[in-house]
Amino acid sequence: MALTRRAAIASALAMPLTARAQAAPVKIGLVTTLSGPGGYLGADIRDAFMLAADGGKLGGVPVQVLVEDDGLKPAQAKQTVNRFLKSEGVRLFTGVVFSNVLEAVAPDVLDDGAIYISPNAGPSSLAGKNCNANYYVVSWQNDTLHESAGENANRLGYKKMFLLAPNYPAGKDAITGFKRFFKGEVAGESYTKLDQTDYAPEMANIRAANPDAVFQFHPGGLGIAFIRQYQQAGLVGKIPMVLAAPSLDSTILGAVGDAALGMDVTSHWNSDFDNAANKAFVASFVAKYQRLPTVYASQSYDTALAIGAALQGSGGNVKDAAAFRKAMLPANFQSTRGKFKFGANQHPVQDWFGLRVEKGSDGKLALVTKTRVLTDRGDAYSDLCKI
Amino acid sequence: MTLLFEQLLNGLQYGVTLFLLAAGLTLVFGIMGLINLAHGSLYMIGAFVAARTQAATGSFLLAVAAGMSVAAVVGMAMEATILRRLYARDHLDQVLATFGLILFFNEAMAMIFGRQPMMAAIPDFLSGAVTFIPGVPYPIYRLAIIAVGAVVAAILYGLIVHTRIGMLVRAGATHREMVRALGVRIGLLYTLVFGLGALLAGLAGAMVGPLLSVQVGMGDRILISTFVVIVIGGIGSIRGALAGAMLVGMVDTLTRAYLPTMLKMVMASTEADGLGAGLSSMASMILMAVVLIVRPRGLFPAHG
Repeated sequence: MALTRRAAIASALAMPLTARAQAAPVKIGLVTTLSGPGGYLGADIRDAFMLAADGGKLGGVPVQVLVEDDGLKPAQAKQTVNRFLKSEGVRLFTGVVFSNVLEAVAPDVLDDGAIYISPNAGPSSLAGKNCNANYYVVSWQNDTLHESAGENANRLGYKKMFLLAPNYPAGKDAITGFKRFFKGEVAGESYTKLDQTDYAPEMANIRAANPDAVFQFHPGGLGIAFIRQYQQAGLVGKIPMVLAAPSLDSTILGAVGDAALGMDVTSHWNSDFDNAANKAFVASFVAKYQRLPTVYASQSYDTALAIGAALQGSGGNVKDAAAFRKAMLPANFQSTRGKFKFGANQHPVQDWFGLRVEKGSDGKLALVTKTRVLTDRGDAYSDLCKI
Repeated sequence: MTLLFEQLLNGLQYGVTLFLLAAGLTLVFGIMGLINLAHGSLYMIGAFVAARTQAATGSFLLAVAAGMSVAAVVGMAMEATILRRLYARDHLDQVLATFGLILFFNEAMAMIFGRQPMMAAIPDFLSGAVTFIPGVPYPIYRLAIIAVGAVVAAILYGLIVHTRIGMLVRAGATHREMVRALGVRIGLLYTLVFGLGALLAGLAGAMVGPLLSVQVGMGDRILISTFVVIVIGGIGSIRGALAGAMLVGMVDTLTRAYLPTMLKMVMASTEADGLGAGLSSMASMILMAVVLIVRPRGLFPAHG
């Protein structure tokens, strides 16, 4: 017994230094929202990331993913990230769902010279003047989600819109983005609370304003409550709704059911996208977790693939942020979106599509891709970014 | 004008939901001197159990009954096993222990039901809307919630003012030590009061299921508003809980509906929307501060 242990130590000491360094997996800090109203968004981000890192490797490099819940509390996320930085020696972070959390976390990560890769939140505050060489967004800049919805509203011929979003950074980006592309008149604008669940007063205001259509941004559980109450207020079928992807993901669709029939959604990804990478992703996600992946899952999967490509290109050395960046920026991976590239501010340049909720031949509701709304759209802040 | 009426109904309905939660919380706080942060968890349990029962059986009434009874049983079990040890401790220990219970219940619900939000359907006999003012259809389900709240308030009034157990509850709220000294089996009374509070929290959870999304952590958010209600109303007083709940419900709803419009008269539209949203989310807190300045013990204090 003692002999074998001594032998093991001896052989470990005899191992060349480089080999031992490579054997230690790259730690990835995945801080995301796993509880509360945004809980299932974080769960999808975690699960899709783990699916890509199946077998403990990304891009052939061994990784160890440390998952923590932020509870949608910026302070809690900040604490976790600092613990990861200081005591765990994590140099690579991802996972945050909500922009207000990311705004608290990203500066700490970046000031320390570590790397952050966003699978979801892309607040305008970090996309322009304050962009950073070690900060990448694989999902979208917040505004562009809603720019596509604004363009879609033009395409559908709506002249008078009522806009609603929660009062937090991404909510403001949503309304700004929508108005940047929408050419008609804004009949009313309403900021809800991020922890609000009852929208009865807003429903009454919408009815009083009588717009051609409503644009609303309410991710996760908020969106479920909003659409159901929209239906209960008798507005479904009277005033159509134009949405961006997070306001009607596959989970929301499953929960609200027929109320969503005929709603127009814009997205950069949909489960029906006809490319090999996406087909493989959707099939393996469903096989492993027995549920349809949401748009968050697709983004997180792409994030993991992007990280994999960068790790492979840089030999798994995340301490050298410059080498990591050189390997990251070409985006050498097969995105579930079909095509993907980074813009000057390291946010995506991508196509946006118009989807519509339809009933399939099996009687189930599904988001069906109909048309391309925007082509190779970067974002409005890229020009301000000097890296 | 019709819009104002509709918003008043919305305020009333929100107030009723708050009242169902506040009634239990204020009794527990007033009689046992216990700060129970886990009260919102009972609301969540009621909502989950009701949503699940409805999905399985299709019966809404059965779902509400199941939500209420499971919440009551969990509440009484929680009182008998954990909270009973905390009565003699100071408030900080109680906050710590009941906060731990919140975490426990949130994770337990996530393990049992999953993190995906659950949905309860509005039963057929309560779906649709009635139009009692032309052009303003109001959902029947929300009217039903208001009606349930009114019935519960009436029952509680009868229970507390006209029965022996109600007398003990009132006595307990004002002179806790004296009731004990008179030889009342205070332990049983405590468990019953706690069970009643849990029952009402479960009822509130079961009733809001079809309106909101049923999800882990749903109780944490409404708990803050509930504490505001009982502080405004006066701790330990059911009448105070009713008044406080109506006040908070109305103030919250009406500021959300009208403040941005009013601000638009004096400033630019986008700023008014932002500022209005910010101010209306503060409104109930400002109301609490004002009430505390004018009447430091709340509107209807139970303790002498």
